Amino acid sequence: MADMIAAEIKEFVVTNFLFGQNGDSITNDQSFLENGIIDSTGVLELVAFLEQRFGIAVADRELLPENLDSVDNVTRFVSRKLEAQGAQIAG
Amino acid sequence: MLVNSGLEASARQTPDREALVCGTRRLTYRELNDAANRVADGLRQLGVGRGDRVVVHLENSVEAVLTIFGALKAGAVFVPVNPTVKADKLLYLLNDCEASVLVSDRRALPVVTDAVSKCGALNAVVLVGECTGDIGIERHPIVWFAALASTEPPADAADRRRPIDQDLAALIYTSGSTGRGKGVMLTHANMVAAASSIQDYLRNTPNDVILDVLPLSFDYGLYQIFLAFNAGARLVLERSFAYPTALLDLMVREGVTALPIVPMIAALLLKLDLGAYELRSLRYVTNTGAALPTAHINTLRERLPHVRIFSMYGLTECKRVSYLDPAEIDARPGSVGKAMSNVEVYLVDEAGRRMDHGIGELVVRGSNVMQGYWRSPEDTARVLKPGLLPGERVLHTGDIFRIDDDGFMYFQSRTDDVIKSRGQKVSPREIENVLHAIPGVAEAAVIGVPDPVLGEAIKAFVTVTRSSPLTEQDVLRQCAQALEDFMVPKWVEIVDALPRTGSGKVARKALGRPVLP
Repeated sequence: MADMIAAEIKEFVVTNFLFGQNGDSITNDQSFLENGIIDSTGVLELVAFLEQRFGIAVADRELLPENLDSVDNVTRFVSRKLEAQGAQIAG
Repeated sequence: MLVNSGLEASARQTPDREALVCGTRRLTYRELNDAANRVADGLRQLGVGRGDRVVVHLENSVEAVLTIFGALKAGAVFVPVNPTVKADKLLYLLNDCEASVLVSDRRALPVVTDAVSKCGALNAVVLVGECTGDIGIERHPIVWFAALASTEPPADAADRRRPIDQDLAALIYTSGSTGRGKGVMLTHANMVAAASSIQDYLRNTPNDVILDVLPLSFDYGLYQIFLAFNAGARLVLERSFAYPTALLDLMVREGVTALPIVPMIAALLLKLDLGAYELRSLRYVTNTGAALPTAHINTLRERLPHVRIFSMYGLTECKRVSYLDPAEIDARPGSVGKAMSNVEVYLVDEAGRRMDHGIGELVVRGSNVMQGYWRSPEDTARVLKPGLLPGERVLHTGDIFRIDDDGFMYFQSRTDDVIKSRGQKVSPREIENVLHAIPGVAEAAVIGVPDPVLGEAIKAFVTVTRSSPLTEQDVLRQCAQALEDFMVPKWVEIVDALPRTGSGKVARKALGRPVLP
């Protein structure tokens, strides 16, 4: 599951911020900001994608590098949100 | 007075006060000034002397600040370069300014290696980062920043040829209508004059805490370090505004009193619930780069009624021209106010006749006006023209303004087609040059289209040669590989033909019109 999420996020980033450059040019633990992959407006585009694709709601308070600044961080964040939603639905 | 005098004075007067906060690092005035002295010594040992150019290719960081002051203290000219610059442009800049030393980051090594391997005259490349592994660049010695910053002054330390305020302090490149950018030549006197006029209305004190999220490669971000250190205030330096909530937390934690923004940041800020943050210490917000939409001003005023908002106007060629008294902002939200202290403005009509009111091109007269564009006498002559006194030159801004009967200035339009995106000027020509170099592109035209966050978003129209399989994404990718981030078009549209005027030129205005489906 996490692997699939990671692959989708990476694809989105590569398509939209690297404009389809070779996907090998980023690794999953690389900081988007420090490596100049995503800038201030890019973060908002990424959030809009996550909300739409995974049906999650991202609160202002969650707009943090810990949640959004690498493929790994986004994957963990999305997985956690999906689990919480699943738990809610199940409960 | 030199640009570095303010830091040195504050280091004497308040050595133990905090000067710079960047991430987890905190430096007092003494620490910052001592470290900058060591960097200056290190640069001198690399052969940097009075008037030599030091290119600063760094993200906002302690090292960037130290390099700028180290270069100034060594009598050199610092050249701030956008950290997202690509190899070809970096090579152009290094060659154009004939840099002595390039200071960059290990993370940018691919770009740096590519650029400097083709660059002849460079004494050394200085890299910030962990000095591990075997790194080498053909033809150029590498020095680690850590080693540079721990240089002991040589026995014959003092450079006998000390700089004076008529010497160049900085070359700041702006997007150019020809080639790949022009270097704005600023002397110490120019920069000190600008900072002093700005201080006259901002009135920073040692109790101020300025949050700087704008890149130091952008003069608006750069000047925050001088404004802060001249006043003995604390500068909190951050890399970007990408995570606004983290920065709001930081503002609360550091008790930030001053926040310089561009409209894009206002747009991002206003998406958040500002009421959730304790921002009582915030004293003022400044805006420049492009006009803040009136709706944003009103919302900011509502949410932060205690904060003074300064709407300002300026251009790199003279740093700042005017500001609106915050007391006037509700009555005149569309105005950028009046000339700041020690600066005179007037309008000229198409015949070059002076007018004090009405609509015309804005002319700026003052000690803040640049010396010209580096090695570009023709470009210089277009904007610096004879002034009132013999030998005096005044700056013709290329911006059309209206000045009302009370003397308030209102921006109307540009005389050329420069785009303002993210608060920075972008010349369509510079992007079109990159587009024309893409195999398969036949013609290209670039315009700015209104964008709620960016101010103007860059849109490129291209026609492709008949057999070319080029897609819009291919074009975007190649732009991203050649241009600084803020110059990469947001939109690319491949069209069958570009609209023409009667004389055969591309009709940019027709491009801007919405196309009916």
